[in-house]
Amino acid sequence: MKVIKIDKKHWAGGIEKSRSAYRLFGPVMVENKDFSEFKELDAGEMPDMKATDTRTSPKSICFPPEEVMLEYSTDEACDDCNLMKVPEKNYSPRAAIGIRPYDAAAYLVVKKNFDTPEYRDPYWCDAYEACTFIGLAVNHPSRLDFSTSTNSGPFDESGLDVLLVDMGDHYFAKVITEKGDAYLKAAGWEKSAGKDAEQQIKDLKTQAEKAIQSTVSFDRIKEKSIMDLHGAEFWNDIAFSCINCGTCTYVCPTCWCFDIQDETRGKTGVRIKAWDSCMYPLFTIHTTGHNPRETKVQRVRQRFMHKLKYYMDKYQEGIMCVGCGRCIRSCPVNIDIRRVCQVMNG
Amino acid sequence: MLAYIDKIKEISDRLLQEKKVDLIIGFRKGTLPMMNEPCFVRSSADVKNLVWDSNCGINLANYLTNRKEKIGVIAKGCDSRNIVTHIIENKISRDQLVIIGVPCKGMIDRRKVYAAAGQEVTEVVEQSDAIVIQFAGGEKTVKKTDVLQDNCAICIHRNPVISDEMVAEPVEEQKGVDRYEDVRRVEAMSPAEKWNYFEELLAPCIRCYACRNACPLCYCPTCFVDESKPQWVGKTLDPIDTRTFHFLRAYHCAGRCTDCGSCVRACPMGIDVRAFTKKLEKDALELFGWEAGMSLDVRPTLDTFKPDDPNTFIK
Ligand code: SF4
Ligand code: SF4
Ligand code: SF4
Ligand code: SF4
Ligand code: SF4
Repeated sequence: MKVIKIDKKHWAGGIEKSRSAYRLFGPVMVENKDFSEFKELDAGEMPDMKATDTRTSPKSICFPPEEVMLEYSTDEACDDCNLMKVPEKNYSPRAAIGIRPYDAAAYLVVKKNFDTPEYRDPYWCDAYEACTFIGLAVNHPSRLDFSTSTNSGPFDESGLDVLLVDMGDHYFAKVITEKGDAYLKAAGWEKSAGKDAEQQIKDLKTQAEKAIQSTVSFDRIKEKSIMDLHGAEFWNDIAFSCINCGTCTYVCPTCWCFDIQDETRGKTGVRIKAWDSCMYPLFTIHTTGHNPRETKVQRVRQRFMHKLKYYMDKYQEGIMCVGCGRCIRSCPVNIDIRRVCQVMNG
Repeated sequence: MLAYIDKIKEISDRLLQEKKVDLIIGFRKGTLPMMNEPCFVRSSADVKNLVWDSNCGINLANYLTNRKEKIGVIAKGCDSRNIVTHIIENKISRDQLVIIGVPCKGMIDRRKVYAAAGQEVTEVVEQSDAIVIQFAGGEKTVKKTDVLQDNCAICIHRNPVISDEMVAEPVEEQKGVDRYEDVRRVEAMSPAEKWNYFEELLAPCIRCYACRNACPLCYCPTCFVDESKPQWVGKTLDPIDTRTFHFLRAYHCAGRCTDCGSCVRACPMGIDVRAFTKKLEKDALELFGWEAGMSLDVRPTLDTFKPDDPNTFIK
């Protein structure tokens, strides 16, 4: 395993250089706000490597809040009248700079849904395959970070192509895949870090994992039957304060649900994929007007059952949550997935 | 305000024991600093879970909509005005409610506390007029008045306007408050400046609808943005649709908004959606002398008309 040393003096230059081969995405502080967002960087714009967790997650790099899937025209003067066409898409190489290791791990969760043997969501998969994940290890985990409980962690490499570790005046860049290697070369960072770099990274990793204060357990959820959990008494109490705003699912890196919408203007139109949330009544309403998840309690239960039970049973790979803590921070009424997990596990 | 909790527990316990109510709606301690969670309590044994401090900013009137039980509800000044509005609008009936009134001294804006700390906050301890912010390796004390929610800083109805039991003597109302300085600033802008101001205000919006759902006024069975047959508003972040949502929602709150601040508090993107509702509140006051939710006995300004209205459109 190769480790490259990037002197911070060479950071901006390398980022700049890589732009000729990559579209860059990174965290940027939102104007006049106290939080950052992951976005495509404008020319000359640098990723803010000091930014803490972005408010919404970097899932948007491959799964934007809205995306045109198809476009059409009903104008008979056009050759392709009444045909649905995929618009021009840009799947040239892109790189996510400074993504959190657990946010990258969330891509592997989402991949299970968008890339299956039966179905392949071309929009997500093409974007994902075009993307190189240059992660930044979290040296100082937040109090809400429980990623070590979820098969991930502050130094988790599973979703990454490169793991950057902030060493003060330089970064160590641990090369994890060939894709990652190619990005570092494109940025012109090729200086080997020397023998003890791996050990230093390991030590920091141990330190960061130790600094994590927040944990969840779900060992017993696994053994419980879906019907028992589904019918449990505690949902009324858990759901009471929820205002069904959907914030938790919008900020979540692993929530993958979307709606399909047609928008027309005159004789042209587009078919759009747009984020959706199981917290909304519209999510499940039938054309008849019947809604199988009519009440708030049913919707809240769906969110947690999906994340902490259905997913676990279906894929046998733990829970559908990487422990980033975003939903806890952003929920206006303080519904805390750690608490719910504890209740379900009880 | 910290001293209220004993009285709140005592009243709640009594109401439950005497079976005057089926449940109490109040707050329990949250899992994050400065976050309490709305909760219900059905038995005496659980009354101990209730808390009260300056982190109870969520408007509890929102939790009363269409409920069928007899309810004891804890109400600050603004909650009480939204309860009045709820009763007038037939969302709950007066005789279902035992209103436990809390004279309020304002709620803390956690974002201001985070800004004052400049780093991750581990704990916040409230004293009577001060807030002690604790973080890794230190603490900092700020005046509570410096970290109040914007709406609380200019609140002139801190005492409940309606209640069955009060947990304490009324607090003094703030005098000489200029409630509309910010609205006047926007009113003075040129159309282009206004446009930019609102465009910038709404730019971070992700259309999660936390603002709407935190608001007790937004109880429609199906909100116009959720209608699908026909669909009035697009679902994407197209600025036209985002604007449409915000403008229409604000108008639906005209003459009803109590400036409780729940909407702003709930927004994950830190958007001051009160910028819309306050203008309407100011208009309702200046044009009709109307303040929402002050009395059960007066019909709201927008559901009455006078035959001798000076405007011609009504005739
Ligand atoms: S963010 Fe909180 S209140 Fe909003 S839908 Fe999620 S759990 Fe409910
Ligand atoms: S459920 Fe919450 S903590 Fe888990 S990944 Fe989603 S936002 Fe993060
Ligand atoms: S929790 Fe809800 S929004 Fe998230 S992926 Fe599951 S069903 Fe979809
Ligand atoms: S619009 Fe906002 S301030 Fe007005 S009543 Fe609703 S939540 Fe409260
Ligand atoms: S809560 Fe904030 S982000 Fe969500 S819809 Fe309202 S203004 Fe937009």
